[in-house]
Formats: sequence, C-alpha cells, structure tokens
Amino acid sequence: MAYRFPALTSEQKKELSEIAQRIVANGKGILAADESVGTMGNRLQRIKVENTEENRRQFRELLFTVDNSVNQSIGGVILFHETLYQKDSQGKLFRNILKEKGIVVGIKLDQGSAPLAGTNKETTIQGLDGLSERCAQYKKDGVDFGKWRAVLRIADQCPSSLAIQENANALARYASICQQNGLVPIVEPEVLPDGDHDLEYCQYVSEKVLAAVYKALNDHHVYLEGTLLKPNMVTAGHACSKKYTPEQVAMATVTALHRTVPAAVPGICFLSGGMSEEDATLNLNAINRCPLPKPWKLSFSYGRALQASALAAWGGKAENKKATQEAFMKRALANCQAAQGKYVHTGSSGAAATQSLFTASYTY
Amino acid sequence: MPHSYPALSAEQKRELSDIALRIVAPGKGILAADESVGSMAKRLSQIGVENTEENRRLYRQVLFSADDRVKKCIGGVIFFHETFYQKDDNGVPFVQTIQDKGILVGIKVDKGVVPLAGTDGETTTQGLDGLLERCSQYKKDGADFAKWRCVLKISDRTPSALAIIENANVLARYASICQQNGIVPIVEPEILPDGDHDLKRCQYVTEKVLAAVYKALSDHHVYLEGTLLKPNMVTPGHACPIKYSPEEIAMATVTALRRTVPPAVPGVTFLSGGQSEEEASLNLNAINRCPLPRPWALTFSYGRALQASALNAWRGQRDNAGAATEEFIKRAEMNGLAAQGRYEGSGDGGAAAQSLYVANHAY
Repeated sequence: MAYRFPALTSEQKKELSEIAQRIVANGKGILAADESVGTMGNRLQRIKVENTEENRRQFRELLFTVDNSVNQSIGGVILFHETLYQKDSQGKLFRNILKEKGIVVGIKLDQGSAPLAGTNKETTIQGLDGLSERCAQYKKDGVDFGKWRAVLRIADQCPSSLAIQENANALARYASICQQNGLVPIVEPEVLPDGDHDLEYCQYVSEKVLAAVYKALNDHHVYLEGTLLKPNMVTAGHACSKKYTPEQVAMATVTALHRTVPAAVPGICFLSGGMSEEDATLNLNAINRCPLPKPWKLSFSYGRALQASALAAWGGKAENKKATQEAFMKRALANCQAAQGKYVHTGSSGAAATQSLFTASYTY
Repeated sequence: MPHSYPALSAEQKRELSDIALRIVAPGKGILAADESVGSMAKRLSQIGVENTEENRRLYRQVLFSADDRVKKCIGGVIFFHETFYQKDDNGVPFVQTIQDKGILVGIKVDKGVVPLAGTDGETTTQGLDGLLERCSQYKKDGADFAKWRCVLKISDRTPSALAIIENANVLARYASICQQNGIVPIVEPEILPDGDHDLKRCQYVTEKVLAAVYKALSDHHVYLEGTLLKPNMVTPGHACPIKYSPEEIAMATVTALRRTVPPAVPGVTFLSGGQSEEEASLNLNAINRCPLPRPWALTFSYGRALQASALNAWRGQRDNAGAATEEFIKRAEMNGLAAQGRYEGSGDGGAAAQSLYVANHAY
C-alpha cells in the first residue's frame, strides 16, 4: 500500500465536521429548494403558474423571507445555481438572507443523469468535469455544502452491479472534490420507489447500495465526519399491494442503516421521494422512535414534503404571501419535531399507541 | 441483481444475535485459551515445562477451575480443538465446566496461515474445506461461537491490495459458513504491531482493512448482528520511537472503528497482541472512557494478557494451581472493569487522564 498522503489537514477536517454538525443540530433538517428549471416547471404547472425566472424567484423569496424562528427547524437550504445568485425584491441576495438567519447554504452540484450502455435503462450521474473549480467559486460565494443525487431503480436485473459500483464511485469522487474545497458533500444514493416490490426487497437493495457507497467513500479517502447521507427511507414500491405502517418502515430503514452507515457520519437526512407531507413527517417520527441504536442524527432533506402546501397556498399570487409562509413554517416545525421523535399527529392517540407496533429487528 | 435469497431465517438470526449479545454483555469479555500446540510450546518453554498433552490439559484446568467470580467478567472462552474434547481430573469435560458457569464456548476453526505468492511475505488463512461439516459437529458438541484469525502486516509495501482483499474474502466465507450452523463468527483481521510505523499509519491501515472486511461481509450476506469483531487496537509499531498515551491509542482506535464498523455489530473484542497484561487493561479502559460516541460494546478477547501471570505462577507445579488460578481471576476482573471504563489501574485516577484526549479531527 502506498504510504498515505493525507487528503485533508486537521483544520480542514474541523471546518467540515463543524458545518455538518450545525446543519443537523437539535432536530434541524434541510429544505431542498434546488429544483432545476425543468423540475420547477412541473411544480408550477400544477398550480397553473408560468415557469419564468421571476416566478421561480418570487416563490423562493416567500420561503426564504419567513420569520427568523425558522432557524430552529431548518439548518440548511439547498439551492439551484440560478437561485444562488437571485435577490429578494429589496435587492438583497437570497444567500445572505439565509446566512443571516444562521442557515447554512448548499448547492446542487450534479449535472443530471447519463445512460449506462448495456444495462436495463440504468444511469450514472455527470458533473465531475471542472467540479473543483466550480466548488471553489461556490465556496467564495457563501456556500458551505453540496448535493449530488445518484439514482438506482429496482426492476428486472436492476440495480445491476455496474450501476451500483458506478454510482458509488461517482458519489465518492464528488465527495472527495467537495471536501478539498471546504464544502460538506451530501451523498445521495436514491433507490427509487417505483415498482411493485415489497419492503423486504427494498431493504435488501438499500443495504447493498449503501455498503458499496461507504466502501467507495473509504477507497477515495473521504472524511466521513465531514459528510451527510441523504438516502431513501426503506419503503415498499409504489405499486406494491401490501401496506406497511410507519413503524415497519422505520424498523426496516434503521436496520438497513445500522448495518451499513458508520457511526462517524454525523447525520442522515432522508429524501421524501413521492411521499405526502404528512407521511414524510410520520415516517421520520417513527424512525426517531425506533428502539434500535441510532448513533447519527436522523433528520430530513425534503423538497416536496416541505413545499407542497406552500405552493398550493401561493397559487402565484402575491396576496397569498402570509398563507404560503404559514404553510411552510408549519411543515418545517412538524419535521423538526419528527426529527426528535416528538411529533404528535393530530388524531392519533399519541406515542404509546405506536410504540407497540415495532417488530423486533431480527426479523429484518 | 438476482432476487434476494435469505441466507438465514428469523429464528436463526435471533439465535445468533442472542449469543453475540450474551458474550459481550456489560462488563464481560472473552478468554482466548485457543493456543495451538505450537503456540503452547512457546508459552510452556518460557516456564520450563514440557509441551505434552497432559501438561496442556493441566494448564487449561488451572484456568477453567476458576470460581464463580469469573461469571461476571467472562462471557466466552475460545478453545483449541484438542482442549475442546479434554476433561478435568474428575472426568468432567472442560466444555461442560465452562457452560455450567453460564459462559459460552467458542472454538478456533482456522488452520493457520499460508503464503500469498508474489507478495512481500504476506499470507492468507486456510481452513474453509469441510468447514460446514466441522461447524455442525462443534455446534452439536457445545460450541456457540468460533474464531478465525487473519494476519496483515505494515511495511513499505504492505499490506498490499491483494492481501487485504484475500483475507477479507476468506473471513467473509468463514463467517457465512459459521452462521449457517448457528455459530457466531468472531472476525479477526489482525494487523501486526511489528515495525517502526507511527500511530497515524496504523490507524490509516486499520481503516482500510476494516472497510474491506465489512464490504466483504456485506457481499457474502453475513448477518452483522450475529457476529463479533476481534481487531487490533490502533497502536504504533513496536519499534516506533514515539510513545503514546492510552488516551491517544483510545482516540485513534475508536475513530478508526467509528469510520468502518457498522453500529449493527454488537461487540468489538480487542486482541492484546504483544501488550503486557497491565497495558492491555489500561488501553481497554481508556477506550471505554473515550468521549466519542461508541455504539458497540468494546471489550477484550485476551490470551496472553489474561494468562501471563497465571502461567508464571503455575510453572507446571500442581501445588501452584490455586495461586495461578487466583492470578487469572484477578486479571479477568480487572479487564471486566476496563470494559466499563472503571479500571483504576496502578493508582492514576480517571479524571486526570480525561484531559489527555485530543479532539478527533486530528485523526
């Protein structure tokens, strides 16, 4: 083995580790507001608003100019490139508004998917070219963390070993480059919920994927204490006929994580995938009440699950500002409580009722 | 990816997990009494005793006749094949004596190291042939866990990628086969302390080795909750001129484990390598007082570090048996305390040492 060449100095490690911990401290989570132009188009079309730069700016302004107390629930916000350089109606940069609230600013770094020839429509992710220079510039412009989404799917012959290996490797390269530039990499290996597979199968696949991701991060000398993980929760496929409780989802999820994610990783911020706002909150709450050992923070990095009500309340109209902001704050607070296992779903009989629904982990 | 074919049923998993948790219950560790005939030759020659089967039996009898005081600090005993089928002076099988104390019985199943051609003196470990059948027989005869030792060494060009991957693979095959027979595999990827490398180098190598081991265990569908890890502590090489405190060793060790050992693993039972009895206890204690969060039990699986004084007190004389057994019990109790961070050592209090922990971003 070659004599080791430290990838990071002590000071660099300290900075990265502190940023990561700040983002997930005390039940805080992440607002994923990094929808690309195309994805925002989908969102805006549903509320019949035209997909213009100004409309995108207006909606993000509503989210970012909420009351400062949002910083009790939101530790970080992921932005899309365009949004990083946008300003509010008074001409103040969004990123400064967020920083003044004590919220850490992040940036989506990947550049979309590319097909893997010879597979059943599987993909890898592009964006490594010139990534170091881009990261250096973003860091100068006030960004402290990055996000890169790799996608795997469950289907016939999928995910293949190639897809797992290739996506794990790309994630590790991205993570290594981020850290060289003082950015905490959020590592996102999403296993899509599309399909009719059951909970057990999703767990099996998630475990294989995460084991490969952490082996790749180790191979690439990534400093785990200065990273965050953004995985899918372990759920059945959307078309699976069997229904599972939040406690079953929680047990399968935490079991998979505790078999693969080293304790050095400070936080795990789940993606919401296709879940409704309430389901995303209920599942996160059950995860935090799961009786298995949980040495990392278990929090959220939600896009749709934090913004759906707000978007609907807005409808593109300035006079709906108050309703929009209230809808967003409500979800932020609910998820912060869920990240501490303290969320009380109105209508349920509270914590005691759900506790007994956990099935012992050795069956998973 | 082929559809999953579960390696174990829910009942099998529960049994394995229960065994593992019992071995590393709070305050308990393992007595490694599995020295091969060749290793025993070295131990016995140091006290001027002939290496006969009877002497080996008499010596193990000294250890196994320890009274109930060991029940609270010994969770498992690892046997060598010969000893596994031996009896005490009254004809009671050793395995039964141990089981009657509520201690779990383990068996060494590897068959020693063999060279890896094309490397700088590196090795892999053999023993996979017929292992399934051997495990099945050992389980019937009272064993609930097993041990398999792989060896890696640090030098300019080692451990090589081949040595790491080959040893990780062989450990994973062994682990998989054990679990099929209701036996908890102790996974031992020992990195030798030979050399003049510093603490940081050992930590770096340990992290690479452990990452490879856990990837291999995942690839081989091994149920982590039903395994134990027996690693080296992270220490400088024997010939390294820099001296490190137990707190520095603890911080480097726990940092390496936190970066590589999934929380699902119920316990880490350190080997003592060349450490003295006292060093092994002090280091284990410091590890258990380390301020970093530690999701697994951190305890001992000691051979020499539990037996050195006992061996010396015995010197092959039946009359010395009682005193020798006392020496063993004392060491066992001290390590039981160290496994809870409650060992006071030779007088130095815990508080003074606490401040010697350097923040982990330096590692």
